[in-house]
Amino acid sequence: MIWGVLQFPGSCDERDALHACSLIGDARLVWHEESDLGDVDAVVVPGGFSYGDYLRAGAIARFSPAMEAVAEFAAAGGPVLGICNGFQVLCEAGLLPGALLLNEDLRFHCRQVELIPESGADGHFATANVGQTTTRTLSIPVKHGEGRYWAPDEVLDEIEAKGQVAYRYAPGQNPNGSARDIAGVRNEAGNVLGLMPHPEHAVDPLAGSTDGLRVFEAVAGARV
Amino acid sequence: MTVEVAKHRELGLTDSEFELIQDKLGREPNDVELAMFSLLWSEHCAYKHSRKLLRRLPTEGERVVMGPGENAGAVDIGNGYAVAFKVESHNHPSAVEPFQGAATGVGGILRDVFALGARPIAILDSLRFGELDSVRSRHLLDGAVRGIGHYGNSIGVATVGGEIYFEAPYEHNCLVNAMCVGLAKQEEMVRAAAAGVGNAVVLMGASTGRDGIGGASVLASAELGEGDDAKRPTVQIGDPFEESKLLECCLELLEKGLLVSLQDLGAAGLTSSAGEMASAGGVGIDLDVARVPLREADMEPFEIMVSESQERMLGVVEPERVAEVIAVCEKWQTGAAEIGVVTDSGQVRVLRGEEVVGEMPVEALVDGCPLYDLSPAAPDGWIYDNRVTLDRSATAEDTLLALLSSPSVASKRWAFEQYDSVVGSRTVRRPESADAAVLQIPEAGNAIAVSIDGNGRRVACDPYAGTVEAVLECAQNLACVGAEPLGLTNCLNFGNPEKPAPAWQLDRAVSGLADTCEALGVPVVGGNVSLYNEGPDGPIYPTPVVGMVGELPDPAQVAGSAFAGEGDTIALIGPFAPSLAGSELAKQRGELDAGLHRADIAAVGVACAAIRDGVRAGKLSSAHDVSDGGLATALAECAIGGGIGCQVDLQHLRERGCSPEEALFGEGVGGFVASGELRQLESLAEEGVEVILLGKVGGDLVEIAAGDHSLTVSVADAERAWRSLGERLDP
Amino acid sequence: MAKARVLIRPKEGILDPQGKAVERALPALGFEGVEHVRVGRMVELEADDPERLSELCEKLLANPLIEDFEIEQL
Repeated sequence: MIWGVLQFPGSCDERDALHACSLIGDARLVWHEESDLGDVDAVVVPGGFSYGDYLRAGAIARFSPAMEAVAEFAAAGGPVLGICNGFQVLCEAGLLPGALLLNEDLRFHCRQVELIPESGADGHFATANVGQTTTRTLSIPVKHGEGRYWAPDEVLDEIEAKGQVAYRYAPGQNPNGSARDIAGVRNEAGNVLGLMPHPEHAVDPLAGSTDGLRVFEAVAGARV
Repeated sequence: MTVEVAKHRELGLTDSEFELIQDKLGREPNDVELAMFSLLWSEHCAYKHSRKLLRRLPTEGERVVMGPGENAGAVDIGNGYAVAFKVESHNHPSAVEPFQGAATGVGGILRDVFALGARPIAILDSLRFGELDSVRSRHLLDGAVRGIGHYGNSIGVATVGGEIYFEAPYEHNCLVNAMCVGLAKQEEMVRAAAAGVGNAVVLMGASTGRDGIGGASVLASAELGEGDDAKRPTVQIGDPFEESKLLECCLELLEKGLLVSLQDLGAAGLTSSAGEMASAGGVGIDLDVARVPLREADMEPFEIMVSESQERMLGVVEPERVAEVIAVCEKWQTGAAEIGVVTDSGQVRVLRGEEVVGEMPVEALVDGCPLYDLSPAAPDGWIYDNRVTLDRSATAEDTLLALLSSPSVASKRWAFEQYDSVVGSRTVRRPESADAAVLQIPEAGNAIAVSIDGNGRRVACDPYAGTVEAVLECAQNLACVGAEPLGLTNCLNFGNPEKPAPAWQLDRAVSGLADTCEALGVPVVGGNVSLYNEGPDGPIYPTPVVGMVGELPDPAQVAGSAFAGEGDTIALIGPFAPSLAGSELAKQRGELDAGLHRADIAAVGVACAAIRDGVRAGKLSSAHDVSDGGLATALAECAIGGGIGCQVDLQHLRERGCSPEEALFGEGVGGFVASGELRQLESLAEEGVEVILLGKVGGDLVEIAAGDHSLTVSVADAERAWRSLGERLDP
Repeated sequence: MAKARVLIRPKEGILDPQGKAVERALPALGFEGVEHVRVGRMVELEADDPERLSELCEKLLANPLIEDFEIEQL
């Protein structure tokens, strides 16, 4: 399969995402001005500070030609993964519910966290647990200053009921004050996933964990 | 005439320097010229009080690709790749506005590195503030850490290491030194020398505003009255997004071979970058200020020439390739303007359209500043204040906990978690997991280790011996991860060199640096000098900060600093001769005094080699150098890191005359705490290094037998003390 | 060109840590009795067509899910 990794001015982790994708397929960068995703089978919207993120994280990137193409691609059932700033962009674009706000303690945090994958009834991103009798947590780093997941209570109730919560921070590990410890959510159809932790930084034993590969593998199988 | 005299003095030039400028020009300088001379003849640009001393430093070595004089130094790491690196100070701006001061410090050192064609892959920071109980110090610390994080995180370069010390002499003059490490294909690297008469000079990046020209505002024309000072901010504002685009743009330009040379605009802006490019290339440069994209339309020529607006680079381009260069800049949404031309005149000419507003020989402007000899004189004993914060009667347990919770010794997790340490996918050892940061370099099939060190308090006790220690400690940190030093950069932070005591500290420190680098065979490939660091109570501690880059063959074979296995044997390795002189304990007891034990440089070099070989061969479970707080602190740190205790006996040290306190808390270089299998540790002795068996790893207590000072502290209590910084800063 | 000022602030009920931080710092500086601090953003702009400002705010300047905005014509 071919992964397309978006690149905006101000992207930071696009090369890391490209490398991670290349471990389970072919991968290429998609410049923000490209409005045609071509032969891409899955899209990653990577981390960073697209367009400087001065107004509000992800607010400007959502209007780029590449993101318009991603919205169409997602609507057609194509798998999309938004990581950190990419998650913010997907929320701003309305492809995912909720918003990401400043961390509760107003500080940027870079640390390894444990994530609990949720196995929703019809979720495509719970494959991380397929074949396992107990939930294994994923060890993946977070690094952000604006990662506090927020949505109105009724929206939170709804996404929980529909199995749209993909990952939660393990008890006591919520780094930013996210509502209900939510670290990642998916859309209702199940082909768009956004999360604050960085799976692309957990694909190499030398970096301390390869659990991030399971996130990419789950996305690879998420076409609807 | 009298007005002119006042002007040059206000710009920091002495009367004799002003006369020399008149001689070299054969006339009075006009305001534009005076502004440009005053900047290039400043301490910051001309190194007029340090250049003669710096000639002592060894700068050559087999692996050196670029040495002093370029934007950064660079060493060969194999397979056609080089690692470029440099440390630079941003002390005074950070003392005024810590967030922007630190942020622009990071931005500046990043530009120095990518000006060579190297992609920045790591940032390290060395910070000094007054004591933590000072509101001002906490404000400066918070701002500087946020500023470093803001810039480094946003631009996507990992901040992988650093150090922070808290000492009263830095209260009014904090130190913010930032180091950047970059990776380059050697064939794509570029020098800063302008070349090719007729080539275009292209200014890239942000537009030019009135940032940082406060010092030259005396030259402002009458139309801008005193009330307009607000128009001339002295604080430069950093924009990491602008720099991110500029970085990608410059690297793409170099990859495509579109630039003849490249130089960043730092202090003294266009004046120094154009002047230095012309000087290095032995050519002249014409610049037209009317073509410089401005943030404010009404700027005067001198303001444009001295502006320190950030995120700008100057490139020399063959005329037929200018259009291609501008197209790449447009792709990256970064500004580009052809503002001048390389000439054979040997002059820097400043034009405003057709009008020549300044014309100076490059030689006079860049290399004409007189160099001064210092008048060093050793002060009479200890010239800094002492303050008692720990009673001599404290038990050994309480002493250990007091040392572990000392802000200078305690875990800096509060700070380094605010930095992205993993972006770039190279970081193999994150902060505090090993003594040096380790970055894998798959391009060259190996890895590098980086560390930055410098304990100003010990240098204050003995500037020569303390500086020797700073270099050795850095080498020891590299050895702990199996790395061999390839090159060194340094930032010399000192007081006023025109006073005898700081001059003596500087003179002795440079000799210590030179002798140690010579003995270890480590070339100095670049550096920076920051003088006049003084507060109302006198100079800062003399603070040479040393950054070292080393190479290791296999990133999978890297030891951590934490104890790793129950039952492992613990050994003290190396020529460690602990003393309370200059120690953290002496500080807390208010007993600091002049004098320090002199290290045996060669013996420490042998110990480093033994540890390095042991780590590379996988013989060691852990390796950690003995540093601030002495052996007991080092053991506790290894235990905290591993979440496992240890039982050791310091009998051996006591048998050679160390008092129990010296054995526990005495400091000095040359010692490593290593753990592993007994037979493996003993085998290190074959390399001619002393191996003293101390005890075993295990349990949940740190138990250290030291006669009547024996101590037992739970790992949990030790950890609570060591991790107390965060709750003190963010209660 | 019509000058306008847009004030953007976190919606009522959303935790505003910046406002909280300011509120916490005030008593230490001798400013007692200050509460409900909210920290937002201000955007100044000049627009050809002030009629479209509201749309512009909803689309870009503010995120209506989490922020309220007010447009002030100058």
